[in-house]
Amino acid sequence: MTLIQKLLAGAGVAGVVFAVAGPAQAAKLAISCGAVGQELTLCKEGVTAWSEKTGNEVDVISTPNSSTERLAVYQQMLASGSSDVDIFQIDVIWPGILGNHFIDLNDYMADEAKAHFKPIIENNTVDGRLVAMPWFTDAGVLYYRKDLLDKYGEKVPQTWEEMTKTAQKIEEAERKDGNEKMWGYVFQGRAYEGLTCNAVEWVASYGGGTIVEPNGDISINNDKAKQAIATAAGWIGTISPDGVLGYDEEGARGVFQSGNSVFMRNWPYAWALANSADSPVKGKVGVAPLPKGEDDGQSAAALGGWQLSVSKYSKNPELAADLVKYLTSYDEQKRRAIKGSYNPTVADLYKDKDVLAANPFFGDLYETFTHAVPRPSTVTSTNYNKVSADFWQAVHATLSGTQTAEQALPALEHKLKRTRRSGW
Amino acid sequence: MAHASSLTRSRRRSAWIFLIPMLVILAAVAGWPLLRTFYFGFTDANLSDLSTYKFIGIENFYAVYDGEAYGLLTDPEWWQAVWNTLFFSVISVSLETALGMVVALVLNQNFRGRGLVRAAVLIPWAIPTIVSARMWNWMLHDQFGIINDMLMKLGILSAPIAWTASPDWARSAVILVDVWKTTPFMALLILAALQMLPGDCYEAARVDGIHPVRVFFKVTLPLIKPAVMVAVIFRALDALRVFDVIYVLTPNNPQTTTMSVYARQQLVDFQEVGYGSAASTLLFVVIAFCIMAYIMVGRVRLDEGGH
Repeated sequence: MTLIQKLLAGAGVAGVVFAVAGPAQAAKLAISCGAVGQELTLCKEGVTAWSEKTGNEVDVISTPNSSTERLAVYQQMLASGSSDVDIFQIDVIWPGILGNHFIDLNDYMADEAKAHFKPIIENNTVDGRLVAMPWFTDAGVLYYRKDLLDKYGEKVPQTWEEMTKTAQKIEEAERKDGNEKMWGYVFQGRAYEGLTCNAVEWVASYGGGTIVEPNGDISINNDKAKQAIATAAGWIGTISPDGVLGYDEEGARGVFQSGNSVFMRNWPYAWALANSADSPVKGKVGVAPLPKGEDDGQSAAALGGWQLSVSKYSKNPELAADLVKYLTSYDEQKRRAIKGSYNPTVADLYKDKDVLAANPFFGDLYETFTHAVPRPSTVTSTNYNKVSADFWQAVHATLSGTQTAEQALPALEHKLKRTRRSGW
Repeated sequence: MAHASSLTRSRRRSAWIFLIPMLVILAAVAGWPLLRTFYFGFTDANLSDLSTYKFIGIENFYAVYDGEAYGLLTDPEWWQAVWNTLFFSVISVSLETALGMVVALVLNQNFRGRGLVRAAVLIPWAIPTIVSARMWNWMLHDQFGIINDMLMKLGILSAPIAWTASPDWARSAVILVDVWKTTPFMALLILAALQMLPGDCYEAARVDGIHPVRVFFKVTLPLIKPAVMVAVIFRALDALRVFDVIYVLTPNNPQTTTMSVYARQQLVDFQEVGYGSAASTLLFVVIAFCIMAYIMVGRVRLDEGGH
């Protein structure tokens, strides 16, 4: 045995000793958290509570707000096998794309997983491995200004057509009153994953399918879908500012929370912020399911939500799994629901009095949250990003008026068929 | 060559000895990744697992399946990106050269506080592009942006414009930010050329009573032309591979997607390392072609003054 081999062997033994010692030995972990709204603050608080309890140090790393950009950062880190980050916060559509890089959490929390919504656990299970633990779920909802609807004697709209009319009416009346910055409706119209969520909702609410059906058929080129996207294109410049084509979640919230829009499509996190102490629209906001396509249509909310995964390149996978277990637990999800309106994934929390008191709409919209429409990420698997990018580009082109829905959707279908050439 | 004296030969040898460390490092940090990218362009490599890939010839560039053509050369989005890049480069480099010339001529005059102004002009160039693009993103914001606010208060606009989101304005917005940022660079290079000019031509012109505009076109411009041409090459090389400004200001907008943005999207977003590398390879070819054409047409002598 050469000296170097001896040293390496010694280091190996020491490593094993440290690993076995586990929580007793203070270690350093790194977790990547989102930073949309209060996410980062809540993440830091949860992590601090755990590290005080266990005596381990944890670095919280913030990542880009745009989920498209965040995925790009993760892919680069994980492809290089970097051990810099132990725990990743991943989107509901990523288990198929990133699953290879994560450990099987069934080894650590198979029992705990049973308390969570089953469809999400299934979504997070890739080839029998639980690659991610659900942290919070998301579904698109309609925010409206209670005070303005009351002022003009309007009801909460049930269909997109009603929404358009109401928005138009209130926008015009308010502008006449001198509120020149008033708009009717803001949503996520920038060319990125958020637009895919919005457009999936429009299309599904008109009964136009989910772009690619679960059996792999490409369904997007149909009349219902064309009608849905053409309707949305009619909003630009009338009830929605042209700038909506560049808005993400926070961009839309910026306009709505400053009091400059009647309606907004966003995720539930905006509730707590719209009602925070310094919000100009505090107490004036209501939440409803998104409008239906037509009277006989259905309301459709895109399934969102974020999970926690442990990197298989982590130096302390056991400890990291323990932190994941803590952050996704009943108590921590309850705290996040009350303080930040992050939807729990533990079913029992929707019956919890404190949670319902802080978020009255959790109870009314329970169905919306449990029956949200998934994006076609499972069936298209590693091709999902491409499908989504082609879709949002076609929708963005239609919204910005460079193409009509009649032109965009056949072209999109052709593109998707090319992508499918070698199978999804 | 054959008759080189022993002194020349030993000089040559020591020149090579001094050059070797640089050449080795250059080969390691630039040559190797470049060759690897070329090679990946002919494989089906995927970012999710870079350890297994196979050679597929030119399929990333051109392939026919069931009577339908696939590959980069048949992708309208790629050609749109090439066109966007050329458009961006020609317009922004022309504007930067013209404005840079004006700034340089002003800075070449003697006036109080010239040193301070020279330093101030460089500030846009000194700010990292990501930071300045973010800053402009806020200034150009349709609801909260200061640009819309000013134009509306001045009565030029009646309603705010979504500069970075609208397809009509996105290109102009990107060019505006790039011109703002890199004009100082051009100004600096042209100023350096102006300061090398011999004073006697100007004295002669003044004695003959020639109009300053005529002096500029007949004396100054011909004399600084070689330096300007080289400065334009530097800027054009930069502009043709533009990425950061566009990625921050107008991500995923087909009207502003450049070759680099396209290649990154394939490489990272879609994880298609093979296809993305093929795009990077073509990007390299397009840039090389443009610069060669420029050098030939403009008869630029890169070794000017080297004798």
